[in-house]
Amino acid sequence: MIKLFSVKAKQEKEAAEREANGGTTSRQSSGEVRVAKDISELALPRTMSIAFPNGKDDLLNFVIAIKPDEGYYRGGTFEFSFAVPTMYPHEPPKVRCERKVYHPNIDLDGNVCLNILREDWKPVLSISSVIFGLSLLFSEPNPDDPLNKEAAEDLARTPQNFAMNVRRAMQGGYVGQHRFSSCLR
Amino acid sequence: MSRLDVDFCVDERARWRSIDALLLRRGRFTGPDFEPGEDVARVLREHVRVLVVGAGGLGCELLKGLALSGFTTLDVIDMDTIDVTNLNRQFLFRAEDVGKSKAETAARRVRERVRGCAVNAHHGRIEEKEDGWYKQFDIIALGLDSLEARAYINAVCCGFLDYDEDGNVDPATIKPLVDGGTEGFKGHARVIVPGMTPCFNCTMWLFPPQTTFPLCTLAETPRNAAHCIEYAKLIQWPAERYGETFDADVVEHMTWVYTKALKRAETFGIPGVTYAHTQGVTKNIIPAIPSTNAIIAAACVIETLKMATMCAKGMNNYMMYVGTDGVYSHTVEYERDPSCVVCSPGIAHALNANATLEEFMASIVAAYPDSLAEPSVSFGGKNLYLRGVLESEFAENLNKPMIELMNGRKEGLVVVNDKKMKKTSMRLRLSLK
Repeated sequence: MIKLFSVKAKQEKEAAEREANGGTTSRQSSGEVRVAKDISELALPRTMSIAFPNGKDDLLNFVIAIKPDEGYYRGGTFEFSFAVPTMYPHEPPKVRCERKVYHPNIDLDGNVCLNILREDWKPVLSISSVIFGLSLLFSEPNPDDPLNKEAAEDLARTPQNFAMNVRRAMQGGYVGQHRFSSCLR
Repeated sequence: MSRLDVDFCVDERARWRSIDALLLRRGRFTGPDFEPGEDVARVLREHVRVLVVGAGGLGCELLKGLALSGFTTLDVIDMDTIDVTNLNRQFLFRAEDVGKSKAETAARRVRERVRGCAVNAHHGRIEEKEDGWYKQFDIIALGLDSLEARAYINAVCCGFLDYDEDGNVDPATIKPLVDGGTEGFKGHARVIVPGMTPCFNCTMWLFPPQTTFPLCTLAETPRNAAHCIEYAKLIQWPAERYGETFDADVVEHMTWVYTKALKRAETFGIPGVTYAHTQGVTKNIIPAIPSTNAIIAAACVIETLKMATMCAKGMNNYMMYVGTDGVYSHTVEYERDPSCVVCSPGIAHALNANATLEEFMASIVAAYPDSLAEPSVSFGGKNLYLRGVLESEFAENLNKPMIELMNGRKEGLVVVNDKKMKKTSMRLRLSLK
């Protein structure tokens, strides 16, 4: 153990020296260290891109764009905003779909139903795992865990009709009462 | 003051007789560096400054215990105000205090009650204080209910550490922490001596992740009241009150969520949505048992006293207490994580004073070929070089001298990441010579 008070005077002297030697530096939280590691090791396929709206010094907030090259959503561009909490990776990143999309697992406000974003998150997972989870939602939309019930029933009952509705939504048209964002670029 | 009080207090020696019995003589359980005598008693009463972080259930108990153990200079920091639901266990507060600052009220009550004890209150967030502010205290006692706040204070204190060439911590830079936590009938007390015992981040795995419900369950098949409340807060609030941040301390916000949750529960025929339950779910309130707080805070106070005086060996280093089924307690010696990104010493690495970032990276790859091939580097709060998707943005740093990137400092802790290291980061204590 330490002797707390024999060292006190020394401590004050050294602190003064340290201030003189360039002052204190800011710290990187353990979450920031980990997200820097995740970002530097991120390998994106050509169907995806990443952007940092606040520049390279803020890695906690970024946008991932997914452009599926197969399946119902082929040709569309879907942006997801990521907000990484300070307790990352103890807590998962917060992810929202920035466009109104007709999808069984994404509601009209952009909430995403992906198990690893909530109940199945583990600290060993990474930004990369989440991104590939998101891309899986477009290659294999899952009607069994609906967040948009109409879209889920549509997909389960009449896949061809669902495909038509997806195209219409992606062109910026109406499905039912809702107008969707055009995402064909 | 009644006659009895006067008699009782008039003799300062008599007042601290029980504590002095520990401080003025050696015993078989005293610590190895313990030097009994008046000096240690004077240090305790005149020099030691303890900061109590949090003035809630644990905080009230900590302040009371520290003041009655002979600590005479205490500081307390808390951002909260007193709520009527606190009064059942936060015994320094009265009904007329509702709405007032917890820190200020707790400090005043202890000052009034314990003669000669100075308690300074700081009403505000722990993040608002500069790191250096925390240096003035000798020991920091934590009575918190959140992981974030613990991780924050832990990182501040670990940031003070200096290591020598051999990776041994400079004792003068150690800021010890005593941490308590309770949840119903369970609790823990632990001692963190940064640089010597595991820090909070070394043992983050001890804390289970918060239980969350699948989003689709909340949206489509809610089965209980908590599901309805979560839905109202998580889905309905951002959709219907776009741009407003939900604040659990604003009554109107809480009422709004409660009303929405209640309506949803009625639609699905689910009972049990009440205002109190809504508060519980949205604020993640854990049931607090006053006596659990008392037990845990008592352990923390005793460890603080032992650390300040060395009058007995300190706890090593984590005590768990379980009161759910009988009374069970166990103390475990957790180990440091040698690659902890918050407290590990890092590896000493020297470089000539004019070396550029590019030269620095080449030198560490040469020194650690098994761990590094394409390193990413950060210093302080800033990334200096990141591989991958952002690499081009950092290219301009490659030819800059390290000393410039380190804000003119000749020594510092540099964090290095590399694909070759699967789970860990490497910390280097870089000195430019």
